[in-house]
Amino acid sequence: MPNARPAIRRFLANYGMVLILVLLAAYYSWATWKEQYPGGEEAAAGVSEAVGDELGPGTRVLVVAQEGARAREFAAAAAAALRDRGMNVVGVVLGDPHDLRTELERRAASPDKPAAVVATREAAEWRLMQVLPERFPSLAKVRVFSPRSYWWPDFLKRSNLLAIADRIVVIAVIAIGMTMVIITGGIDLSVGSLIALSAVVSTLLVREFAGASDATAFGMVLCCLAAVLACGLMGAFSGVMVTAFSIPPFIGTLAMMLIASGLAFILAGGQSIYQVPASIDWLGRGTSLGGIPNTVTLMVVLYAGAHVLMTRTVLGRYIYAVGGNVEAARLSGVPVRWVILFVYAVCGLLAGVGGVVQASQLQSGAPTYGLMYELYVIAAVVVGGTSLGGGQGRILGTLIGAFIIAVIQNGMNLTGVESYTQKVVLGAVILGAVLLDMLKKRRST
Amino acid sequence: MTTAPALEAPALLEMSDIDKSFPGVHALRQVGLQIRPGEVLALLGENGAGKTTLIKVLGGAYRPDAGTIRIDGRSVAITRPTDAQRAGVAIIYQEFNLVPHLSARENIFLGREDSRGGFVRRRDERRRARDLFARIGVAIDPETPCARLTVAQQQVVEIAKALAADARIIVMDEPSAALTIQEVERLFEIIGDLKRHGMGVIYISHRLEEVFRVADRVMVMRDGSHVATRPVGELTRQDMIEMMVGRKIENEFPKQRAQLGAERLRVQGLKRGDRVRDVSFSVRSGEVVTLTGLVGAGRTETARLIFGADRMESGTVSLDGRRLRLRSPRDAMASGIGLLTEDRRNQGLVLAHSARENFGLPNLGGLSALGFVRGRAERDAFAGFIRSLKIKIPHQDELAGNLSGGNQQKVVLAKWLQQDCKVIIFDEPTRGIDVGAKYEIYLLMNDLAAAGKAILMVSSELPEVLGMSDRILVMHDGRITGEITDPAGATQEQILELAMG
Repeated sequence: MPNARPAIRRFLANYGMVLILVLLAAYYSWATWKEQYPGGEEAAAGVSEAVGDELGPGTRVLVVAQEGARAREFAAAAAAALRDRGMNVVGVVLGDPHDLRTELERRAASPDKPAAVVATREAAEWRLMQVLPERFPSLAKVRVFSPRSYWWPDFLKRSNLLAIADRIVVIAVIAIGMTMVIITGGIDLSVGSLIALSAVVSTLLVREFAGASDATAFGMVLCCLAAVLACGLMGAFSGVMVTAFSIPPFIGTLAMMLIASGLAFILAGGQSIYQVPASIDWLGRGTSLGGIPNTVTLMVVLYAGAHVLMTRTVLGRYIYAVGGNVEAARLSGVPVRWVILFVYAVCGLLAGVGGVVQASQLQSGAPTYGLMYELYVIAAVVVGGTSLGGGQGRILGTLIGAFIIAVIQNGMNLTGVESYTQKVVLGAVILGAVLLDMLKKRRST
Repeated sequence: MTTAPALEAPALLEMSDIDKSFPGVHALRQVGLQIRPGEVLALLGENGAGKTTLIKVLGGAYRPDAGTIRIDGRSVAITRPTDAQRAGVAIIYQEFNLVPHLSARENIFLGREDSRGGFVRRRDERRRARDLFARIGVAIDPETPCARLTVAQQQVVEIAKALAADARIIVMDEPSAALTIQEVERLFEIIGDLKRHGMGVIYISHRLEEVFRVADRVMVMRDGSHVATRPVGELTRQDMIEMMVGRKIENEFPKQRAQLGAERLRVQGLKRGDRVRDVSFSVRSGEVVTLTGLVGAGRTETARLIFGADRMESGTVSLDGRRLRLRSPRDAMASGIGLLTEDRRNQGLVLAHSARENFGLPNLGGLSALGFVRGRAERDAFAGFIRSLKIKIPHQDELAGNLSGGNQQKVVLAKWLQQDCKVIIFDEPTRGIDVGAKYEIYLLMNDLAAAGKAILMVSSELPEVLGMSDRILVMHDGRITGEITDPAGATQEQILELAMG
C-alpha cells in the first residue's frame, strides 16, 4: 500500500471540498427528511392515474375538496385530469363536511351514484368519509382516493435546490473574477459596491432612455450591457492604480468601493428605481432550455469559460505565474501589467453582471444592493481553496466554495437556525477552510 | 569511524550514528561528527548529500530516527530549536533570521530581552551589544536597523546574537556567499577569534579555497553517508572534489575554445545611476566573455540592462549589427537575448509551480495555438530537455521548489534553450550548485559557444572566471577597468588588482 496514501492525499487536496459539500448535502437531507404531501397538479395527476388503473375508464367520480385556494386548485386539476383519462366526473364538492353530506344524501337516492370519490388528503380524513358505508349503505362500495404522501427531504426538493442556485448566483459569478484577482496576489474590495452601481445604472438607463416600463427587450439588453461595461471600466481603473502607481490592491480597491457606492447613491438620488418592465426578470427568474433557470445557465457558461481560460490558455498560465513570483514572471517575458489590468477588469465586468442579475431578480435597482457581498465573495474563493498569497487556486474550487456557503445558509434556514447563529457558523466555516489550507501547505513542505 | 584521531581534548560536540529518513529518501545513514574546542570543521558535500539535514538535526529542526548527540560528553536530547539554543548550539543560515526593522541590539536580544518588570533595560542591552561588537572587532552602532546594515554587518549581528546566547558551537551555512573579498577576509579573522575562545565552528561552503584557509579538519558527505574526516593538510583540492562526487574528475574546468565568428552583441555607453556609469564592450559569436569584479561593481546591473529588466538612462545595445529597443525583458527575448539570473529562487523560478510550467513560461508563444497552450507540445519539448540536460526530476509536474540547485539551474537553462537565444547571459551560473552539476553546466556552455551563441557570464568565482572564459572584463565602480584577453596566462591576483580599481 505504499502508493495508496499519497493518492488519497492528492485526491483530498484537490477534491476535499467536493467531499465536504457532499457531506453537507447528505447531512441536510437527513435532517430535513420528512413526509411530503403533494398538492395541486402534481397530486391530481397521481391520484387520477390511480383511479384509472384500478377502476378503468368510464368510472363515475365525485371530487371532494375543502375550502381554500390550494384545495380548489387541486379539485380543478383533478377533475380535468380525470376527464382526460376518460372518466365521468359526476360532481365537484367544494366546502365543509356538511356540504358533502348534503351532496351524498342527494346522490345516494339518485341513480347516478359515484363509484369513486377523489378527495384531498384533508377531506379524506373527515369523519364522514371514514363512516361512509355505515351512513350510506347504498354507497358502501364507493372507493375513496386521495393523494399519496411520500418521504423526501425538504432540502432536495426541486424548489429548494432552485432557491439555493438563486441565492448564490450573484456571489458565484463575481467569485470567478475574484479568484483570478486573488491568484495574481491581489484583492478587490469594490465588487459589492459595483453590484449596486450596475443595478442602478442599468435600471436608470432603462427608465431614462429605453422607455421605462414599456422598454423593449433589446433596449433592456443594451442598458444592461452598458452597466456591465461601466463596471468593467471601474475595475480596469483599479487595475491601473495597482500596476502603474503600485498602490496596494487592498487600499486601491477600498477607495473604489467607496467611489462606486457613492456614485450609485448619487445616480439613483438615494432611492430605488422601479420604473422597469416586469419582463426584466427574464435573466434572474426566467427559465429556458426545458426548465433550467437562466441564472444557472449563466453560471455554468461563465464557470466553464473561466475554467478553460485558467487551465488551458497562455493567459491563464500568466495569471498564475504573476501571482507565484512576479519578478520571475517579468524576467520570463510575461506582460505583467497587462495581466493584472486584465484580471481587475474581468472582476469589475463580472461584478457588473452580478448587479444586472440582482436588478433582474428584484425587478428594480437600488444603491443598497450588494452590501457586504465582497466579503461573501472572498469567503467563497477562500473556502474554495484559493490561497490569499497568490499563485494557487482553482476556478471550480471557487464554485464549490460558493455552494458550500449557500448550502450551509440554506440548510440552517430549513432546520430553523436563527440568523445570528448562522453568522457565527459561517465565520467558523471560513476559519476552518483557511486552517485546512494551512495544514495542507505545512504537510507539503 | 574506523581510525579515530587521538583526542587531546574531550569532544565539544559528538554526534554519532545519526539516522534520518523522509518518505522515499534515506537522508542520513549512520552519520557521525566530532568537533573539539577551538576547532573549525569544514563540512563538504554536494547538494543533497545530507549536510543541511545533519545541521537541522543538530539545530532541533528535525528529529533524528536514531543516534545520539553529546555535548561535553553528556548526552543531550535536542527535539526543538530551543533545546539546541540551551545546549549552546547556534546556527547561522544562509538567509539570515533577522527582523529588518528592528535595530541590531533588538535583534541580538530578541527573545532573551534583558528586562525588569516587563520593561526592556535598553542601556544594559546597548552596553552588552557594544561589548560583543568590540569583542568581534567591528564598529556597528547597536541602534541601526538591520535593514540598513550591509550583508556582512548583518552576518556579524548574527554572530553577536549567537555569542549573546552563550553559544559554544556555531554552524555557518555558506557564510561567504554574499560577501565581498575583503569582507570574507574579515570573517576569517572573526572565526580565528572564536577559535581562540575555545568555540567549535562548523563551516559549510562550496568554495574549496576557503576551506583550505579556515578549516582544521574536513568532513565529506555523499548520498547521506559519511565519506571521510581528515585534517585539511592531508587533502588536495582534487581529493576533496573526488570524495564529494565519488568519481575521478580530470579537469574541473573543461573549457573548449569554439570557433569565433562575427560580432553578435555590442554594448555602447550603458548608463544607469551610479551602479553602471559607462560600459561598452562586445561579444562575438562562439565567444565566452566574463564580467567580473567585486560585489557592487555593477556587473549584475549591466546584465539586467542588456536584458531590459531595468531601464537604461543612456547607451545602446545592438545584436548582429541591429540596434535594439529594450523596454522590457519581453523585448530582449523577442530579439534573442536570454538571462539566467543570479538569484534563481526569487527571480528565475516560480517555486510553487511545476518545473514544466516554469519551462513553458517564456516559451508559450511557440507552444500555443490561438491562445491555448499545446499541452502535448510543451510536454514533449520539456521531456527533450530533461534527457539532453540530464535533469534529475521524478516527473514533469514536480514543483520547481523541490529540485536541487543544479537541477533548478538546468530548468532555467532549458527555458532559454527552447527560445533558441542568440545571446545568453549567465549571472553566477554555478552559485550554490554542487560540483557534479557545475561540471555539466560548463559542458553546456561549451556546446552553446560551439553552436555559435554569444555568451556573457557574470561571475565572482575567480577559478571559474579564469577557467571558462575566452576574454575577461573586470568592472569597478560601474566602469570596465580592465580586460584580460588571455585567461590561460592570467592569475587571480591580476584580476583582483584590476577589480580594486
